[in-house]
Amino acid sequence: MTQSSTIDPEAPAAASPPASAPAPRPAKCRRSPKPPSVLLSKAGVTALLGLATLYTLLPLTWLLLSSTKSREDLFGTNGFALGDEIHLAENLDQLFAADGGVYLRWVINTVEYAGIGALLASLFSVAAGYAFDKLAFPGKERLFSLVLLGVMVPGTAMAIPLYLLAAEAGVVNTFWSVFVPGLVFPFGVYLARVFSAAYVPDEVLEAARMDGAGEFKTFCRIALPMMAPGFVTIFLFQFTQIWNSFFLPLVMLSDKELYPVNLGLYVWYSSALSQGHPEDYLLAVVGSLVSVVPLIVVFLMLQRFWKSGMTAGAVK
Amino acid sequence: MASPSTRGQRRTATLLLSPFFVLFAVVTLAPLLYAAWLSLFTTETSGLGFGGTESVFSGLGNYAEAMADPQFRDGFLVIAAYCAIYIPVMIGGALALALLLDTGLAKARSFFQLALFLPHAVPGLIAALIWVYLYTPGLSPVIDLLRSGGIDISFLSADNAVFSAANIAVWEWMGYNMVIFYAALQAVPRETLDAAKVDGAGAIRTALSIKVPMIRPSIALAVLFTVIGSIQLFTEPKVIYSASSAIGSTWTPNMYVQTAAFQNNDFGLAAAASLLIALFAAVLSFVVTRISRRGSKL
Repeated sequence: MTQSSTIDPEAPAAASPPASAPAPRPAKCRRSPKPPSVLLSKAGVTALLGLATLYTLLPLTWLLLSSTKSREDLFGTNGFALGDEIHLAENLDQLFAADGGVYLRWVINTVEYAGIGALLASLFSVAAGYAFDKLAFPGKERLFSLVLLGVMVPGTAMAIPLYLLAAEAGVVNTFWSVFVPGLVFPFGVYLARVFSAAYVPDEVLEAARMDGAGEFKTFCRIALPMMAPGFVTIFLFQFTQIWNSFFLPLVMLSDKELYPVNLGLYVWYSSALSQGHPEDYLLAVVGSLVSVVPLIVVFLMLQRFWKSGMTAGAVK
Repeated sequence: MASPSTRGQRRTATLLLSPFFVLFAVVTLAPLLYAAWLSLFTTETSGLGFGGTESVFSGLGNYAEAMADPQFRDGFLVIAAYCAIYIPVMIGGALALALLLDTGLAKARSFFQLALFLPHAVPGLIAALIWVYLYTPGLSPVIDLLRSGGIDISFLSADNAVFSAANIAVWEWMGYNMVIFYAALQAVPRETLDAAKVDGAGAIRTALSIKVPMIRPSIALAVLFTVIGSIQLFTEPKVIYSASSAIGSTWTPNMYVQTAAFQNNDFGLAAAASLLIALFAAVLSFVVTRISRRGSKL
C-alpha cells in the first residue's frame, strides 16, 4: 500500500528483483532482430496505432468543424468536412448572448464548483493522507478502512441520498448543495498516503522533531511543499470528477443561474430535441467546444502529473 | 506512557484528519443513514388523494418492491450485457495499444499516447452528445460511410443501444487505461525480457506469456474501477434517451432511481434502490479485489 514504485510487490518473481525507484524507468528501445510478421513491423505498428488515433480524434474533429458551421450547414453538410461558410464568430456571439448571457454564468459556476472545490478537497486529502502515513494515533487502520469504504461506494449512488438529506435540511437548489459534496474525495486520501510515503522521507521528519519543531508546523513548512506534485495530481483527479458530474447537479438544481456547464448544455440539448428548438442544438455544440478546449489545454500542460497519479493509483 | 511527542502527534493527527472526516460524515455517512431510515417508510395517499399523503412504516417493503420490480432487475441485466461488451473491448484494446507502444517499433510514441488519451479530457455528457450525432441516421457521416461499404447499422435501435452506449465509454476510457498499462509495462525488468529473447521467444509470445502476466495487478485494478464505473451508468444513456425511444426511462439502475424519485415521487423506493446499488457495487469490488489478490499469488 505504501509501495512507491509502479511495480507490484506481489507480481510473479522476476529473474532479478526490480529496483524500487519511485519513477518508472525510461522507455527502452527493444527490437527483435527478425520481425515475425508484417503487423509487427515498424510500419505495421504505426499503422495500427494510427487507426486507433483516428477513432479517438475523428469525433473531436466533428465537434471542432461543427462549431464553425451555420445551423443549415450543421444539418446539411458532411460532418467531417467544413461547411459552406465559416460561422464560428457568429456562433460564439450567439453562445455568449443566449438566454441573457447565461453561458458565462455556467462557466463561472463550474470553475467555482470544480476549481475551488477540488482545491479544498485536495488540501483535506493531503492533510489526512499525511496523518495516516506519518503520525501515530490510535485506531488508525480502522479509520483508514472507513476511507476505503468511501472509495468503494459509487459516487452517483450517493446523489439521491444526498438530495433527500439536502431536502430535509432545506438546502436543495443552492450553491452549497453541489459544492460541498465535491469537497470529499476518499480516493484522494488513499493517493495522498501513497504520495506521503514516496515523497516525504522519515529522516527529514526526525530531524525536524529533534530541532523541536511542532508537528503541525512540520507538516505545513516541510511536508506540504514536498508533497506538491502529489497535490497537483489529486487536484486534477477531483477537478475532472466534479467537472464531469451530472447526476448530482441534475437532481439538486432547478435554478438556471446555479447550473454547471454540463447541466446547461444538457438542458439546451434536450430542449432542441424535445421542444423543437434547433437553434439550441447549435448552442449545445458550440458550448461543448468552448468548455472542452480549456480542459484539453490543462491536461496537455499538466501531463506529467496525471500520469504519475494514474500509475500511483495502480499500485496496491 | 504518552510522551510529549506522541501527544503532539495525536493532536496534530486530529487536526489534520478533522476536515476530511467531518465532511465525510456530512456528505457520505449522514446521507446513507438518512436514506436507510427513509427507505423503511412508504408514502400512502389517504382520502382519495384529497387528504394529502402520510408516511407509513413498511420495514423492508421498499427493498422487496425494488427487487421484485422487473424494471429494476432489467437495469442490472442491461449493465451485465453492457459490461460483457465494454470490458473486454476496452481493456483488451487498451492492453493491445499499450503492448504496441511498448514494442518500441512505433514512431512518435508520445504523440500517440496523447492523441489516444485525449477523449478522457472530454466530459461524458459532451462525449455522448457528439456520438449521438454520429449515431443519427441522415446526419451521421459514419453511417453514410458504412453504408457505402455495404454495412447498414441502426445505432439508435433498441437492439443496438447497449453497443452504442458501450462504444461511447470505450472511446472515453481506452486511452486512459492504455497510459496506465504502458507505464506498468515500462517497469517490467529488462533482464526478464532479454532472457525470453535468448530463449527464442518472439514478440507476440513475449507479450502474452511474460509482459501481460507481469502487469496483471494493474489490469485487475483497471477492471475493478471499470466495473464500479459501469454500475453507475447514467449520463450517456440519459443523453441517448432524449434522442431516441430505443431506451426507456428506467434503462439502467441509476435511471430507475431517478425516475422513482422525480417522476413517481416515491422517495422510499428511490432510497432503497440507491442503497441496493451502493451495496452491490461495494460487494462486487470486494469480490474483484479478492479474486485478483488470489490470482496474483499463484
